[in-house]
Amino acid sequence: MGRLEGKVAFVTGAARGQGRSHALRMAQEGADIIAIDIEGQIDSVPYAMSRPDDMQETVRQIEALDRRIVAQQADVRDFDAVKQAVDAGVAELGRLDIVSANAGIFTEGRADELPEQTWQDMIDVNLTGVWHTVKAAIPHIRAGGRGGSIILTSSTAGLMGFENFAHYVAAKHGVVGLMRTLALELGPEFIRVNTVHPTSVNTDMIQNDMTYGLFAPDLPKEERTKDALAPRFQGMNILPIPWVEPVDISNAVVFLASDEARYITGIQLPVDAGATTK
Amino acid sequence: MPGALEGKVAFVTGAARGQGRSHAIRLAQEGADIIAVDIAAQIDTVPYPMSTPEDLAETARQVEALDRRIFTRQADVRDRDALQAAFDAGVAEIGPVDIVLANAGIAPMSMHPDPREWQDVIDVNLTGVYNTVEVAKQSMIDRGQGGAIVLTSSTAGLTGIGGNTPGGLGYTAAKHGVVGLMRSYANYLAQYSIRVNTVHPTGVNTPMVVNDAMQEFIQADPAMGQAMANALPVPLVEPVDISNAILFLVSDAGRYVTGVTLPVDAGFVNKR
Repeated sequence: MGRLEGKVAFVTGAARGQGRSHALRMAQEGADIIAIDIEGQIDSVPYAMSRPDDMQETVRQIEALDRRIVAQQADVRDFDAVKQAVDAGVAELGRLDIVSANAGIFTEGRADELPEQTWQDMIDVNLTGVWHTVKAAIPHIRAGGRGGSIILTSSTAGLMGFENFAHYVAAKHGVVGLMRTLALELGPEFIRVNTVHPTSVNTDMIQNDMTYGLFAPDLPKEERTKDALAPRFQGMNILPIPWVEPVDISNAVVFLASDEARYITGIQLPVDAGATTK
Repeated sequence: MPGALEGKVAFVTGAARGQGRSHAIRLAQEGADIIAVDIAAQIDTVPYPMSTPEDLAETARQVEALDRRIFTRQADVRDRDALQAAFDAGVAEIGPVDIVLANAGIAPMSMHPDPREWQDVIDVNLTGVYNTVEVAKQSMIDRGQGGAIVLTSSTAGLTGIGGNTPGGLGYTAAKHGVVGLMRSYANYLAQYSIRVNTVHPTGVNTPMVVNDAMQEFIQADPAMGQAMANALPVPLVEPVDISNAILFLVSDAGRYVTGVTLPVDAGFVNKR
């Protein structure tokens, strides 16, 4: 029997990357899934974001596990759209127990040079989008009267400063503040709220020319390959690995979502190969 | 379905009862064999009855009932030589160790403080943890297959609670010290793919917490009782809750988790 048998989980950014992995990993443990993703581009983001066929692939993989999924296109910046998607998902799947607020973007720029729109898009997606997600979800978890588990995806950049992406660092720190407060507000109802803090994860959000440029500004563009960049990514971690895989974050999410963590709330859980300890 | 720790061997201190026994059983349920040590004797300044040889035998019985192997030896974590001898004998019988759980600890807090409490709690709860890692680490390094070490700290390893007595101050200092030890070991042992983390329980339903001396100590100071309140509406967590967190940390699910302070505290630290 799965560790999440009979539960329903709401996952944002579920079309690919970590979000797809979370949806799959939770479905493997028996959960049904409510999935949303923007499935479109944001102008300030220089790498290709998810598309409708990415979400179709997530749906295919969940259904291959004999779990149910309600997938909808929704932008976490748009509260009404998020609410409508969660409401529709709960109407079909019957309940809500788990939230993975995972949707996020990554852009770069020094703090004194960031364009206004780049800052605003980051805060809108990576911080306000997380709030929208929980705001839309909490009434449904509460209505079940069985408690629940909310996992917000922060970052090592939610625990320490990094040069060249102050807006990302600020948003990811903000997620920690949101989590700490939600944990207090929802504790009496046994709704637990925690953050996960990944180091670099092997997804399209970091495996792209923009991020490679951040790690290897000294190398000519044609030499910025995944293999060439790996030692530089590894320099951030203490374990001898360049990045972790999406499933490593999913395993932490499943732990926090499951009854094994029934008394864990208000915590920040790094899955960071020691990056914040270095 | 194979367990999450099939073929692994875990070294557990303070395994005669309470959290340590729970860890040994939970890991054995997932397929691990166990090397278990415990003082199984009293320390003068500890105001509640400590474990006995019968407790350690009961842990062995429960692990064996799961069809796992267990080696037990009475040993005091303050005594490096005795601990090393126990570890070596355990490895000779059970096999090389993949997992180390430095769990043994005391809480010498009472209404009748004794100046010796400070040294005893530092010796057991900090130096004992250091000794535990020291007796095990070289064999893990030499084997070259990585590993996972979990040190049991406390909410008192992250916040200034524990009371103003030699034992209470020493408890808090020792549990904070364990975090420093963990961080240093995490940095040093990462090159060998040996991960090191701490767990930070709130009050756990064990003989160390649920005893007359501790209840009297907590109730004597209303501020302390208030400070001991959790955010989730539960007074205590169960040993298995700590064991489940440890299982996550030592299994492949936590393969890239190191240097982490993991509270299992019903929201206690966040509430302060």
